[in-house]
Amino acid sequence: MHNKSVAELSRELESGQVSSVELTQEFLDRIKREDSKYNSFITVTEEQALADARVADEQRAAGNATPWTGVPFAHKDIFCTNGVRTTCGSKMLENFVPPYDATVTANFRQAGAVCLGKTNMDEFAMGSSNENSFFGAVTNPWGLSEGNKRVPGGSSGGSAAAVAARLVPAATATDTGGSIRQPAALCGVTGLKPTYGRVSRYGMIAFASSLDQGGTMARTAEDNALMLNVMAGFDPKDSTSLDREVPDYTATLNEPLKGLKIGLPKEYFSDQLSPAMEQQIRNAVKEYEKLGATVKEVSLPNAKLAIAAYYVIAPAEASANLSRFDGVRYGYRCEDPKDLMDLYTRSRAEGFGAEVKRRILVGTYALSAGYFDAYYLKAQKVRRLIQQDFINAFKEVDVLMSPTTPSPAFIQGEKTSDPVTMYLEDVFTIAINLAGVPAMSVPAGFVDGLPVGLQIIGDYFSEARLLNAAHQFQQVTDWHQREPQ
Amino acid sequence: MQWDIVIGLEIHVQLATKTKIFSGSSTAYGAEPNTQANAVDLAMPGTLPVPNEQAFRYAVMFGLAVNAEIERRSVFERKNYFYPDLPKGYQTTQLERPIVGPGFVDIDLPNGETKRVRIHHAHLEEDAGKSLHEDFHGMTGVDLNRAGTPLIEVVTEPDMNNAEEAVAFAKKLHSIVTSLGICDGDMSQGSMRFDVNISLKPKGSDTLGTRTETKNLNSFRFMEQAIAHEVERQIDVLEDGGSIVQETRLYNGDRDESRSMRTKEEANDYRYFPCPDLLPVEIDDSFIEEARNSLPELPDARKARFMEQYGLNDYDAGLLSGDSKLAAFFEEAASQGKDAKLVANWIQGEFSARLNAEEKSVADSPITGAQLGDLVVRVADNTISSAGAKKVFEALWSGENDNVDAIIDTKGLKQVSDTGALEAMVDEVLAGMPDQVAQYQNEEDPKKRKKMLGGFMGPLMKASKGQGNPKLFNEILVRKLGG
Repeated sequence: MHNKSVAELSRELESGQVSSVELTQEFLDRIKREDSKYNSFITVTEEQALADARVADEQRAAGNATPWTGVPFAHKDIFCTNGVRTTCGSKMLENFVPPYDATVTANFRQAGAVCLGKTNMDEFAMGSSNENSFFGAVTNPWGLSEGNKRVPGGSSGGSAAAVAARLVPAATATDTGGSIRQPAALCGVTGLKPTYGRVSRYGMIAFASSLDQGGTMARTAEDNALMLNVMAGFDPKDSTSLDREVPDYTATLNEPLKGLKIGLPKEYFSDQLSPAMEQQIRNAVKEYEKLGATVKEVSLPNAKLAIAAYYVIAPAEASANLSRFDGVRYGYRCEDPKDLMDLYTRSRAEGFGAEVKRRILVGTYALSAGYFDAYYLKAQKVRRLIQQDFINAFKEVDVLMSPTTPSPAFIQGEKTSDPVTMYLEDVFTIAINLAGVPAMSVPAGFVDGLPVGLQIIGDYFSEARLLNAAHQFQQVTDWHQREPQ
Repeated sequence: MQWDIVIGLEIHVQLATKTKIFSGSSTAYGAEPNTQANAVDLAMPGTLPVPNEQAFRYAVMFGLAVNAEIERRSVFERKNYFYPDLPKGYQTTQLERPIVGPGFVDIDLPNGETKRVRIHHAHLEEDAGKSLHEDFHGMTGVDLNRAGTPLIEVVTEPDMNNAEEAVAFAKKLHSIVTSLGICDGDMSQGSMRFDVNISLKPKGSDTLGTRTETKNLNSFRFMEQAIAHEVERQIDVLEDGGSIVQETRLYNGDRDESRSMRTKEEANDYRYFPCPDLLPVEIDDSFIEEARNSLPELPDARKARFMEQYGLNDYDAGLLSGDSKLAAFFEEAASQGKDAKLVANWIQGEFSARLNAEEKSVADSPITGAQLGDLVVRVADNTISSAGAKKVFEALWSGENDNVDAIIDTKGLKQVSDTGALEAMVDEVLAGMPDQVAQYQNEEDPKKRKKMLGGFMGPLMKASKGQGNPKLFNEILVRKLGG
C-alpha cells in the first residue's frame, strides 16, 4: 500500500478494497518503524489521525466523499493546525498550539484528508539543508550511509524525505526561494510552487511575505494536481491571494504536448552546473522533444542578480515578520527576565537559532536609515527587472526548463560553516519567487545514485500546463517511481 | 527679546468603525481587557491583516471635508519598534503614500478674523494597545482591545502662532470629524489625541527654531496649558543663553509639568518599508464620488445656514454650529418656536453653565432640545417670568417632571398678566406705603427714581404670590406714580 499514489489510494478507498483506518494505521506504523532513520516528523498525531480516519470511513459509506476522503498525508510544520502544536522548526514555538487552522489546513480537513502529523523543516523556513531545525536535521532517504549521510534539502526537507521514504503519499510544503523544489529534487519527488497568490498564506507562518507560497509535494504530478485542487483559491483572510477561478488541475493532465514550446535559459546551463547533472537535464528535454515539444535557447539576463536581491528582500521582510516573537504573548520566554529589555533580548537570543538570527540582522541592517535606498530599494528594482525577464521569456515560449539544483544532495555538515555556499544551493530557484511565477521540480534521473530534479517554470497561473507537462513526462519515464533502498 | 511662536499639530483621530482596521474585532470602548482581541490582533503566527473598507471611506470623507487631494493609490508601511502593547512589533501605517494629501481648514479667531491652517497630509494607521502599569505589582499588564482600532493621523503645517489658534484649530477639527460622524469625538476616551510641535524664533525672523514635540494631549484645556508651559520653558532656556534640544516631551496636565521622553539621538530608527501583506490600495473616482455624496453638512456651511435661517449673529452661529450635537440640540429647541435668538441665549447661558458645572457633554444632557424649546416659548409669550423659567429649567434638569406646561401648573409659575387684577394690587400696595410714594414723587433725579421703583416691587410680588408679571407691574407703577 505504501507505494501507491494518492490517486490509487483514493480509488481503492472508493471501491472499498481498503478502509481509511487500515491505511492510516499502516502509514502510522511505517512512521513509527522507519522515521528514526530520517527524523522527517516533528509531531505525529496518531490518535487524531485514527479518529479522523473513522469519520472519513463513515463519510465514504454515506456517499459524501471527495477524492481526499480518508487519504493520509502530512503538513509541513509551518501550517497552523488547530489544537495541534505548530513549531515552525523553532525552539521559539516548541510548545505553541494554535487555536486556529491555516486556510490550507482547513481546506484539507474539509476535503476529509487524514493528517498524520507535522513534518520537520528548517527553522522558520530558513535553510536549504534542513540542518537548521531545532528538532534535529533530517536525513535524505537516498543518502543514509553512515558517516556519509546526505541532506534532504530545505526548508521543506521533512515533507520531501517523508514522501520519498513512503511514510506518507503526499505532504504540504512551502517555497520562499526554492524550499519546495530543491528538497523535491534532492529526494527524488515531485513538487510544485504555485503562482504567488494562488494558495492562501493565512495561518502559514511567515518568513518573507512577498515571496512565501504554499505548495504541494508527492511522488506523481497527478497527486500534486489533486493537492492543488484542495489548496488553491481566493481567501478573504489573505489580501494577497488572488480572486481567480480554480480549474480542476487533473482535467488537463492528459493533454498532448505536441507543439509545446520549451525555452532553456542559457544562464541556467552555466559552469555552475556539473556535466553529469547537465546530461541528465538534456536527456529529459529530449524526452519532451519525443513528445512533440520544440526547444529553443532563451535568456534571463538578470538571473545572476537574483540571489543578491533575494538576500536583501527576504531578510528585510523576515526581520519585521519575526518581531512578533517577543516572549510577551506566546512562545518561548526566558527565565526570570529582570526588565522588559532583558525579556526581549534573552527570549529572542535563546529562542531563535543561528541562521534565523543571521537573517534578522541582515534584514534589520538593510532597512536601516542610510542603507535603505542602497539595499532594499535597489533590490526591489532588481526584482522588477527579473520579473520582466520572465514576462519577456514567456512571450517566446510556453515553459522554461532547467536543472532545479546545481548538484545532487550533499553531505550533512558540508556547507553549514559557509552560509553563502549554502545560499548558492538556490541559484536556479530563487528568481522564480522574485518573479512570482509557478514552477515544479520533477524527478529526471540520477547522478552517483542520487536523484536529479528537472525544473519546469511557467507563466503566471499556468499550473495546469506545468502539471500536464510533468504528468506526460511521468508517463514515459519512471524516475519518480524509484524507491530509495 | 520678542519671540514668534510657531506651532504645528499632529492629531490622532479614532475612526468610529464597528470593527478594527485589519481584523473583525469590535472597537467598542470599555470592554474587559483583551476580550476584543482576536488572533490577528494578538499577532498570532501566520495571521494576516485584511483592510476594513469603512476606514477608507471615512478617511476619504475627511479628506474631502478639509479640501484635500485624495491619493488614488495609497500604501501601507511597517513602522518597526518593540513594545508590549504593539503585538506585531511593528505598526501598520502610511508614510510615503498617505491616503489624504495636502488640504486646509479655515478657523475663526477671537478678533473676528479668519485664518487658514494648511494640512500637510492625513494617513491611515492602526492604534496600539494599552500598557497598564498599575495593579500589577511591579509588572505591566497589556490590554489589546484598542490594538488595531483605525486612526487617521492629521498633520498640519506649522501655521499657528499661539495657543488660542492651536485650540481653535483643534476645536474646528473636532467639529469636522464629529459632524462627519467618522469619530465620536470623546476626548476622555482618547478618541482624539493631540501632539503639539512648538518652536520659537526671534520676532520677524524667517528661520525656524529647533522644535519640541509634546505628545498625547487629550483635552483642549491641557493642550492650551501645555503650549503655554512649553513656550515659557523655551523662552527661559533661550533667554538664559541655552539652546533648545529637539526632543519629545510629555506634559502632565494635573501638575502643569513636562519632562523629556526622548531626544532626537535616542529616537528609534523605525525602518519603514511597504507592508508585503497588504497590496497598495487603489481608490477610484466612483468611491470618492460616493463618499462626496454621503458628506453631511459641515460646520462652515451650518454656520452660514444658522445666520441665514435663524437670523443669528456671527458669534452665536459660530458657537452653536461648531459641535454637531449642540447644533442639533439648538435646532430641535428652535423648531418649537420662533425666537431663535432667545433659544441661543438660553443654550449659551443656563444650559451651558449647567453642563460645565456638572462636566457633562450635550449628549449627556438630561433635558432635550424640545423641552428647552418649550420653555423658551413660555418665556417669550410671557407665561412665565425669567425667575419662573429658571425654576422650570431646574425641574426639567432634575427629572422631576418632563413637561414644561405641567411644571408651570404644578408649581404655580404662571404670571398674572390681567392688568385689572394687577392694577388693583398696585393701588392696594401704594395705599399702604404713603411715605415712600411721597418720597418718590419728590425726587427729581430719574436714576434715583428708577431705583426707588424697585422698592415697590418686593411688596407687589408678595401681594401677587410671586405670579405678577414684573414687566406689567413696572408699567402700571410708573403710570400711577406719575412720570
